[in-house]
Amino acid sequence: MDDVQLRTIPSPPPTERHAPLPLMRLSKVGKIYQNGTLALTDVDLTIADGEFVSLLGPSGCGKSTLLRLIAGLGAVSGGEIGWPQAARDARGDPIRNLGFVFQEPTLMPWATVIENVYLPLKIAGVSRRDAAPRLEEALKMVRLEGFATAYPRELSGGMKMRASIARALVVKPRVLLMDEPFAALDEITRFRLNNDLLRLWQEQRWTVIFVTHSVFESVYLSNRIVVMSARPGRVIDDLPIGAPYPRGDAFRTSTPYNDYCRLVSGALNRAMAGTEEDR
Amino acid sequence: MTDRSGSSSGSQGLPLSVRIAVPIVLGIVLLGVWEALVRYLAVPKYVLPAPSLIVGALWDGFPTLMGSLWVTLSVTLSAFVIALVLGVFIAILFAQSRLFEVSLFPYAVILQVTPIVSIAPLVLIWVGLDHIEQALLILATIVAFFPILSNTTLGLKSVDHNLQNLLDLYQASRWQRLKELQFPSAMPYLLGGMKISGGLALIGAVVAEFVAGAGTGTGLAWRIVESGNRLDIPRMFAALMLLSILGISIFFGLSALEYVLLHKWHESALRREN
Repeated sequence: MDDVQLRTIPSPPPTERHAPLPLMRLSKVGKIYQNGTLALTDVDLTIADGEFVSLLGPSGCGKSTLLRLIAGLGAVSGGEIGWPQAARDARGDPIRNLGFVFQEPTLMPWATVIENVYLPLKIAGVSRRDAAPRLEEALKMVRLEGFATAYPRELSGGMKMRASIARALVVKPRVLLMDEPFAALDEITRFRLNNDLLRLWQEQRWTVIFVTHSVFESVYLSNRIVVMSARPGRVIDDLPIGAPYPRGDAFRTSTPYNDYCRLVSGALNRAMAGTEEDR
Repeated sequence: MTDRSGSSSGSQGLPLSVRIAVPIVLGIVLLGVWEALVRYLAVPKYVLPAPSLIVGALWDGFPTLMGSLWVTLSVTLSAFVIALVLGVFIAILFAQSRLFEVSLFPYAVILQVTPIVSIAPLVLIWVGLDHIEQALLILATIVAFFPILSNTTLGLKSVDHNLQNLLDLYQASRWQRLKELQFPSAMPYLLGGMKISGGLALIGAVVAEFVAGAGTGTGLAWRIVESGNRLDIPRMFAALMLLSILGISIFFGLSALEYVLLHKWHESALRREN
């Protein structure tokens, strides 16, 4: 099954002669909460370097839970999350080099934008002086250069989210995990941040795993959409989105975009079939 | 005892000058009415002295009363600082270990709910009658300790869940977690606790002196008892006035500290246009 997926999904050219190891391999991952809720069951998923994967599903399907498990926030109840390429740290855990963006900006209200962005480096023991160029770069990437010394309360929702993204990018992550980051923003801001995110992804070539419940957003952004069923969450469909990058606002009104949206909507409807919420 | 008019949200629309001037003018008017009524009705000074007599008593006994003010102030401040350090320290331990909290918190509550007056004689016996000032300090500390402990404990735990996850992700140490996240999150709670504690430390210092008597120096509480025994009511009022001023100063001092530390980010200290 892994082979099939890898063949159908456009991935960056392999740097080695033989097929490269996948970045991440989830096999039979399950999660049962302490209160007995079965959130995820038998999730199999292989993700290659440089992919932009959306996890799409109805609310409560466990897509956020899955993202948190990938991030190592919480333990799996069954199965395994493997990082075949990753080196190991002293404790034998894989060094995954992640950035995480939450649904809320999750900034520290008592700290300025630049102090918020500095946090991951500070924890890693990087001095403020050594961090300075990286902080500047991260703020530049999200276009917040002029707001380094502003407090979060002085920023708009979109700018807070940009600061949050800068904080995730400052560690130069290999994988960017995003949990419905733009769900709370207005449409114009969301479109703008979508475009900024795509531009950064094409420049930096990290892997993105993007949780969303929006068919349109997932089609616009990703080159692969993993559709999940309602609780207990499982992978129902795995759809490549072959439209070329760079994608701009013209793509939003194009025929291929509409076709993909129809295709993905159909898959999502199948994923929700039989659930109470659907009726 | 304390004047809260400056911090109530209903008065925020008024300019600062009005908010300061109005209570002062009202105070002067009331003092005038008091003075006039006492003179007109010829109320004996051992029942209710006129304000002018009280000021006179303050003037006559100024060195003594200032000495007593200093004694009460030092007991209050020492107790407050000890309560602050101890309260924050134990709150940090509570935040580190749930087991520690569930085993110790009930005893902190017992200490809090037991009336200070009722344990004063016991503390006095333990420290010995030669060290009354230590008894005062211990009693005032016990009273001031609890708000700091409970507020700081609550604050250290009121950390944004996602920010906690973020620190998990970056594998922050316990110390980093405390320094970067828990302390700043707890700050508004701690400052709220300090405002309550500051007032309580003064109450503790005064009540303890009433019960235990004066130590090496005589505090304001004992001056009040003394003046009462001598029916020197103007002097009693003078001491009372100094106590009020002390309490108000503590409250406003801590409010100012709160403003300085929080005004840049916390809702409670932000000025809003709407």
